Amino acid sequence: METKNNPQRIEAKPSFASGQKPMTGAEALIRCLENFGVEYIFGLSGGAAIPIFDALVGSKIKLILVRHEQGATHMADGYARATGKPGVVLVTSGPGATNTVTGIMTAHMDSVPMIVLTGQTISPMLGKDAFQEADIFGITMPVVKHSYLVKTTNDIPRVVKEAFYITSSGRPGPVHIDLPKDVTSSPFTGETLDPKMDIPGYKVPGKGKKSDILKMAKLFQGSKRPVLLVGHGAVISRAGAAIKELAYKLRSPVTNTLLGKGEFPETDPLSLGMLGMHGTAYANLALTRCDLICSIGSRWDDRINGNPAKFCIGAKKLHIDIDEAEINKIVKPDAYCVGDARLIVEELVRHIEPLDTKEWLEELEGYKKQHPLKFHSDRGLTAQYVLYELQNVTQGRATISTDVGQHQMWSAQFNLAIKGDRWLSSGGAGTMGFGFPAAIGAQFGRPHDLVIAVVGDGGFQMTLYELATVYVHKLPVKVLIIDNKYLGMVRQWQELFFDNRLSGVDLEGNPDFVKLAEAYHVKGVHIDKVEHVRERLEEAINHPGPVVIWAEVIKEDNVFPMIPAGKSAYEMIIEPPKKDQRLEKPSGST
Amino acid sequence: MVIASWDLVIHMNIPKKNPNVHTISMLVANKPGVLVRCAQVFARRGFNIDALVVSASVNPKYSRMTITATGDPQTLEQIIKQTAKLIDVIHVSEHTGVDSIDREFALFKLNVPPAKRAATLKLIKGRAHVIDEKQGSLIVGKTGTTDDLDQFEEELKKFGIIEMVRSGKLVMAKGKEST
Repeated sequence: METKNNPQRIEAKPSFASGQKPMTGAEALIRCLENFGVEYIFGLSGGAAIPIFDALVGSKIKLILVRHEQGATHMADGYARATGKPGVVLVTSGPGATNTVTGIMTAHMDSVPMIVLTGQTISPMLGKDAFQEADIFGITMPVVKHSYLVKTTNDIPRVVKEAFYITSSGRPGPVHIDLPKDVTSSPFTGETLDPKMDIPGYKVPGKGKKSDILKMAKLFQGSKRPVLLVGHGAVISRAGAAIKELAYKLRSPVTNTLLGKGEFPETDPLSLGMLGMHGTAYANLALTRCDLICSIGSRWDDRINGNPAKFCIGAKKLHIDIDEAEINKIVKPDAYCVGDARLIVEELVRHIEPLDTKEWLEELEGYKKQHPLKFHSDRGLTAQYVLYELQNVTQGRATISTDVGQHQMWSAQFNLAIKGDRWLSSGGAGTMGFGFPAAIGAQFGRPHDLVIAVVGDGGFQMTLYELATVYVHKLPVKVLIIDNKYLGMVRQWQELFFDNRLSGVDLEGNPDFVKLAEAYHVKGVHIDKVEHVRERLEEAINHPGPVVIWAEVIKEDNVFPMIPAGKSAYEMIIEPPKKDQRLEKPSGST
Repeated sequence: MVIASWDLVIHMNIPKKNPNVHTISMLVANKPGVLVRCAQVFARRGFNIDALVVSASVNPKYSRMTITATGDPQTLEQIIKQTAKLIDVIHVSEHTGVDSIDREFALFKLNVPPAKRAATLKLIKGRAHVIDEKQGSLIVGKTGTTDDLDQFEEELKKFGIIEMVRSGKLVMAKGKEST
């Protein structure tokens, strides 16, 4: 097994021969990270991690000191999504470690490569309730791809090498390494910093079985109404060019999940945009009418398939996924192939023939005309209008990171993505507080790009303390706060399904976000009128440094179209229901 | 209703094969935490583990886990795939009994007053071993299939079982197939 970033073989011995002090475990750790090309470590120090922080002094790896460990994990996540390289987090034991759990789970749900290093109490004290001891190895076990509790200093290079290989290969996911303080303080006496890996149980699917690909190709024959569904797996494997070739050869429309945005440009005439709970009406109508759907790296998540029994009834289902456990988990496919999305699609293109989809594309064009995304402009400033203007200003050239809730769905609807790695959103986990730190991580990864965090007033207040990180590192991140003074998505559900009995959603007490930004030495821009939107967005985006844009929008507004949780695309609500219309409580999950 | 059907099973003395009982064999890396990782895959899906055996394999680097669990086949398929995905799991397979053999061992502690001793020993003779006898209680050991042991347990009940410990099922693939 070879890693992509196989470091050069580095002998550790010479330092002894020359009579120098031997490396500590921590120093060996940092050397290994350097050899894997780590540029940044996002972290927050603490007692049990001091030896590791000490070893970082003089290293070419830049330490980004965050203000809360959750921020560090989301930054590493954003960095990884934007660059494709694993993000690295370093925190201390106990509460420092437990504060990373939300971020680890977020990365796990969205298959993001990340390495989380936690300091730990000295190994003789393990399990004895030492100060700041937490069983973080046990706590994180269900939300990591793999984890290590390092007991021997000389194991560090092998563990790091395995961790890098595991986190970024196959279906990526976070790897946690727990490092007791005595293990990082003790001298490293191993032979090499590039030892052999020992993970015989780990196999990475590659180009997929040819026979499976041919079986899929055969099912395409004669399809009159195909749909290609692009998911995050396609983004991770950078399958965009291959998918474009497939779509154009087949003349098939393409839809994408929230995390699949941009891998096939949403501005392409064959694109139907995002499907699912708050997807476009035409993408969801396509689900109800298609005779074949081929998922390329999407796991048929419940946001796009609330009711598997009524999902694309009668259509052939094809599934391409690198994780065999996803096959038959939600949808039973008629044909499938396990492996890398890009390699499989490249092969599939060779075995399919153009389809006669003229009528199908015309039908879909009709839906696009009949049910375009829209918003009202007579009741004051709406979030949709702000995001619509943001799209006009950026034209898809920005990297957009979102938080979770209404603004996320509106942003997904109105900010059309043209590249997969320019859209960062917490899809699987739905982690509020993700958007802003993820944008910081993305900006570190792409220092010259325009990076915008679109956040709600609720989510932003969960991680806003990272404004200090932005200021210290002079990062030109733009934060667009869509402030409706509500936890809006929950309020929407309460209005639609719970007789408008509002409970736990009113964010009375929000600060003046411009003053807040200024308190952190960051420029603030305020928008509360329709006529200011374009000009102030431009002002903010053209500002060379960080900016917080505070957009105060109307308080009560709902995201449509909507497929209530547990329902199928056949039951989509396209237009807002009438005032007295009562909707059934959703049966599906959240 | 549940009690009635349970009674029926006892009285008819039919060892019932439950189609939802599954036996899964795993070869795993002999590393700390591997048992928890596997058990979590079951627990997260609300699957109860009925029996679990972890023991050495021929290669000391690996251990063998044999897990018996009850549940619907579709969730089981997920469990097998999700455990197979764990880095420390080398191999997972479900054994149906056609291509494999299974055995289990059980210890029974029986209350045997002098008046019942002869009858008890008569029942046991040739079917199980007396391992210990002390202060009117007898420890009896028996190897067999799970059904054999279930049936034997039923028969012993009338003598008063004080305690029972079962090893959990062990499975091995037949012929050249690996378990």
